[in-house]
Formats: sequence, structure tokens, C-alpha cells
Amino acid sequence: MLSIKNIHASVEGKQILKGINLEVNAGEVHAIMGPNGSGKSTLASVLAGREEYEVTEGSIEFLGKDILELSPEDRAREGLFLAFQYPVEIPGVSTTNFIKTAVNEKRKYHGQPPLDAVSFMKLMKEKMKLVEIDKSLLTRSINEGFSGGEKKKNEIFQMAMLEPKLTILDETDSGLDIDALRIVASGVNKLRDENRAIIVITHYQRLLDYLQPDFVHVLLNGKIVKNGTKDLALELEEKGYDFIKDEFSVPV
Amino acid sequence: MKEELDVLERTVASEYKYGFVTEIETDVVGKGLNEDTIRLISAKKNEPEWMLEWRLKAYHHWLKMEEPKWPNVKYPPINYQDIIYYAAPKKKKSINGLEEVDPELLKTFDKLGISLNEQKRLTGVAVDVVVDSVSVATSFKKQLADVGIIFCSISEAIQNHPELVKKYIGSVVPMTDNYFTALNSAVFTDGSFCYIPKGVRCPMELSTYFRINTENSGQFERTLIIAEEESYVSYLEGCTAPKRDENQLHAAVVELFAHRKAEIKYSTVQNWFPGDENGQGGIYNFVTKRGICMGDYSKISWSQVETGSAITWKYPSVILKGDNSIGEFYSVALTNHFQQADTGTKMTHLGKNTRSRIVSKGISAGKSQNSYRGLVKVGKNAENARNYSQCDSLLLGDKCGAHTFPYIESKNKTAVIEHEATTSKIGEDQLFYCRQRGIDTEAAVALIVTGFAKEVMNQLPMEFAVEAQKLLAVSLEGSVG
Repeated sequence: MLSIKNIHASVEGKQILKGINLEVNAGEVHAIMGPNGSGKSTLASVLAGREEYEVTEGSIEFLGKDILELSPEDRAREGLFLAFQYPVEIPGVSTTNFIKTAVNEKRKYHGQPPLDAVSFMKLMKEKMKLVEIDKSLLTRSINEGFSGGEKKKNEIFQMAMLEPKLTILDETDSGLDIDALRIVASGVNKLRDENRAIIVITHYQRLLDYLQPDFVHVLLNGKIVKNGTKDLALELEEKGYDFIKDEFSVPV
Repeated sequence: MKEELDVLERTVASEYKYGFVTEIETDVVGKGLNEDTIRLISAKKNEPEWMLEWRLKAYHHWLKMEEPKWPNVKYPPINYQDIIYYAAPKKKKSINGLEEVDPELLKTFDKLGISLNEQKRLTGVAVDVVVDSVSVATSFKKQLADVGIIFCSISEAIQNHPELVKKYIGSVVPMTDNYFTALNSAVFTDGSFCYIPKGVRCPMELSTYFRINTENSGQFERTLIIAEEESYVSYLEGCTAPKRDENQLHAAVVELFAHRKAEIKYSTVQNWFPGDENGQGGIYNFVTKRGICMGDYSKISWSQVETGSAITWKYPSVILKGDNSIGEFYSVALTNHFQQADTGTKMTHLGKNTRSRIVSKGISAGKSQNSYRGLVKVGKNAENARNYSQCDSLLLGDKCGAHTFPYIESKNKTAVIEHEATTSKIGEDQLFYCRQRGIDTEAAVALIVTGFAKEVMNQLPMEFAVEAQKLLAVSLEGSVG
């Protein structure tokens, strides 16, 4: 589904990604871990198409298409979803109105008619239950005044509504308490199927306990230095990133 | 961020789709303004002597006055002798219906989406159509007359209801009020007249559509709305003009009277040609609008969506004379390219227990300048006056400006006056969030701006709220930063 080949990327002239290779197939869950500054968020931004990040080398194919040629909105409409680490507030735009616009833009892109109000409400109700999101959040301006946990739940709710092929969770677990984490993880798990893939970017084991990744990749200084299974994550939890840095003689 | 700006600036600028000219036979009085011009206008309209005298009095005042220089807008000096003061489509207005209206005009209004066809009762809106200096059609007059409502052009009202016009004209906005009201009082050509009798709730929206067509003409409309005790009327004004290289002047006067327990709701969706993206051409919209809540428990509410004009200079105001009277002002003023706006309101509290509410949303884009100027005045006998003002500015890009000039003058210590103001930009993060959800930049800006203007848009009559929303989106094309 996703094929990242030798990606080099920089921001403000500074090289962050120095040759990333990654293959993600439908039905798989990949975890990307690494210390701060290793390039995890940069990778997420590059995939989503943030214009500040310049791809200097390499290619990215998503569903057989060269996504570096696509605008961020087209990537989204093709089925790429990024659950932001810090979801932004948009005063005056209700959560419902925002999601309805997003859903219908995607449908338009795929040549489908927009959802009428009744069908849309039905879809909302169904997904609200799935993600355990409170109804009151939906009439409010999107993310405005939401707690950290509510913002993250809202990201997962949008994921449920948009039904993306590839979801990138960018440190979705940061700032969540035990209960919120459980609900968010449970929501993500309910949305898994053999046609979809998930990339989880995280520091911690906690979320991975719930999500049980198929593959774990460790990012260090802009390169994936180690690949493994969920056991690798457990090892990292136990030993910290130092053991990897030592293995690769990378100065701390 | 820079790339995003470039992409947006390269986006096709909005086409002002009302910019076409209608080729019809027009009766035109030569350029220039002197006593003869005024006599000619009055004669063409078959006005009674007292009206001509009134006009001439205003003209002589105007000659002694000087154009005000205090607004936050810049424009080259206007040559008042280089303007045509009277232009009218030749085909006469019919009393019977639309059959006699010049077919070119009917086509024009079809193009503008204005329904003159009474068959289209779905919207249930009565329309008076003014092209250049005359009203060309008024629909539903008979149905309204059946309940005692007078809705006609002001020229007709001067002929058929002189006592009413004489009683009220110039009493809310005296001819000497300012330079442009003096000019308007001398050369006003047409506008709407509405009279709602005691206890009557007007069964449909009344509206006037103003269209400037003739080159080098100015439009000086005069509207007068009178609501007798316990009556209600909701009125809408819409306006467009063709694209031209020269600026054209629109100096209107609107007077509203609300008697005891009456309510007048006046909405405007203004889309005069704003000038092209280099600031060439466009209408100068210098307007004086004022309402007086004469009777106790009366209410006047102004709602406006201003997206057009090269320069907008207007302060729809309310004088709260009656006890327990209410004044409201809701405005969305959008400026793009090189437009300038200095707009706001004046709420004068004179009676006891009066309330006013001001919600002003300014949206600036391109290289435009948008100023809000508001005055809340509380007289010394105005016990328990309450005012709430909220003035929000949204800046799109870094070359535009938003300014706020709030004035408060209170002579009574029981007054409670609240003022809130915010200034914001559409953040790059907000735009990216939308894009990552499949919403492209233009749609995202429209979404955010609509949310920003929601409180004001909700005040517009439903039929027009949708159009106004579309107008906002179209006016913003290619403007984000």
C-alpha cells in the first residue's frame, strides 16, 4: 500500500530524514519509535504533504500513485489520514460542519454524490458510539476548549468518519490519561481490517500494548536503524534508546 | 507558508459576475449640477412645488458645505460636475405589471437572479426595482395594499401620498446632517417608500434592488420606511453595478421611523462593483442611514453584508428615543484587493431602559483597509441604558489592515456599556488541518470565514442568508495568506 524509498527531507535548510525506506501493506500495523529529534514527526509531515518540508531525494508511492505529486488535500482524499499530535482549534466551525465538509469533499473526489443530512446524521451516530465521543463536542467549534483527551478522541472520530486506507497516528498517546488511552486505542482497533494499514508513531509502549503492532521500526538521526516485531518495542521499554545508540555507535 | 501564499495569489481572482452593462434606451440629463439640473429632475418626476423647494434649499446648503476629511479612507477628489444626475430607462414603468417593462431589463434581472415574477410566490418577497434613477417595477403592490401597506417608489409616494412624505422626509436625517445628505436631498432620484399601518405585520419581505447601469452616473437614492404602532416589517436592500474603469458615486439616504411597539428590520446585501484587482474603478458607497425608535418599546435592527464598493463609508444608526426601545446593528464587512471600508454604527440612548447591541465582523484580505467606527452615546436622562458591542477582525494575509475606532460618550452613570474586540488571522496550521482532511484551501477559507461571520449571517432573512454566504465565499477567492 505504501512504499517509501530512500526519502531524504529537510526543513528550513536542515536535513532531517537521511534515507528512509519503509514498506507497509494492507492489514498491517507498523510502529515507528525513536528518541526526540530523530525525525518521527518529520516523517508524518512529509507523508501528509506539509509544504515546509522539502523532499530532496527519494520517492513515495501510495496505492500505486506517486504522492509527492499530490496536494495534501488530494492525498487525504486518496485515503491518507494523519491524526495530529496537536490538533488545532478552528473557532466558529462546528465539529459536525467540519467533518461533513470533509466527508463530502472525499465523496466528490471519488465521483460520489454528497451525503444528505439524514444519511450523514446516521453515519455520525454510528461512529460516535464506536469511538465513545460525547455528543456535546460535535456542536461546539472544532477542538475549541477541548481537553487533550477530547482532542485525541476527536481525531479518532474523524478517522472513523473518513474511513481512510492508511492512518498515521502521530504520538496520539501523548497527554492521555489511562482511561482516555484505553478508549482511543479501542477505537483504533475497531477500525482495523485487512484492507487498511496503520502507522503508529510513539515513544511509549503503552499504546502498543493495546495495538499490538506487526512491525516495529526504530528511527535514529533520520534513518531507520532497526526493524523488528513487537518484542523490539518491549526491549526498548526495558533498556531505553541507549542500547540502540550504542549498537550503532551514534553519539548521544 | 510562502508557497501557500503564492499558490493562492495565483488562483483566479473572483470574477465580479454582475459587471455586465445592459444596452437599453436611457433618458439622460447632461453632466453637471446646478439649479437647472435640479429643476429638470423635479420636472421629470412631476413633483409638487414643495418638493422642488425642499430640493433647492438642500442644494443651497450643500454649496456652503465642505466634504468631510476624517474617515480612514483615501480617494482622489470627486468632480461633482462630472457626474450625470439623472438617467432613466426610456420605457415607462407600468402600473399593470411586468409586460411593459423593457425586455432587456427583464433579462438583466434574470441574470442577476432577481425574481420579478409574481408567480414565484415561493420566496414571497415583494421587490421594487430601481435602475439608475428610477424604479422600474414593484411587485405585489396590490396584495400589500389590501392590508393597508404602501410599498412603492418614493417618486410615486411623493405624488400619491404627499402628506406622509412631507411629514417624515428629512426628520431623521436632516438635509444639513452632512455633505452627502445635503447632496442627496437636492438630487435624490428614487428609492423605496414603505408605510405599514397600525397593528399590521407585513406578510412578506419587502425588498428593493438597486442597479446602477449608466456610465458616469451617480445614484442618489432615498428610502423612507414608516412603521406605525405595533406594526412589523422586514426589508431587504440588494445592490450591484457594472464593471467600469471610473469610480461612480452612490450617496444614499435611508430614514426609518418606528412608532410605539413597532419593529423594523432592515437588511442589506451590498455588492457594488469593488474595483478590479488593481484598485481601478469601483463604486464609492457614501451612505447615511438612520432609524429613530420614536415610540416606547419599539425596535430597529440593521443587518448588513458589505462585500462590494471601492470605498464603503456608512454608519447605520439608531436613535433610541422611546423608553424601553432597542437598537441592533449586525455587520459583516469584507474588503479585498484595494477596497477600503470605514463603517460602523451610532447608537444614541435618550429614553429610559434602552438597549443596544452591536456585532461587527470585519474581514480584510488583499491590500485592503477595513475600519470599524462605532459610537455609543448615552444622554443624561437616559436611565439604565445597556449596550453590548463586539467587534471582531479577521485578517487574511499580511498586506491588509483592520482598524477599530470605538467611541463611548456617556452622560448618565447608570449606563452599562460593554465592549469586546478580537483580532485574528487564519493560521497556517488551521489551513493544513483542513487540507489534511481533504478540504482544499479555498473551501477551508470559506468554511472559516462563514464560521466567523455566522452570528451576523443568522440575522439575515433566510432567503438571503444563503446568497450572502455564497457572496462571501466568491468575494474571497484568491485571498488567503
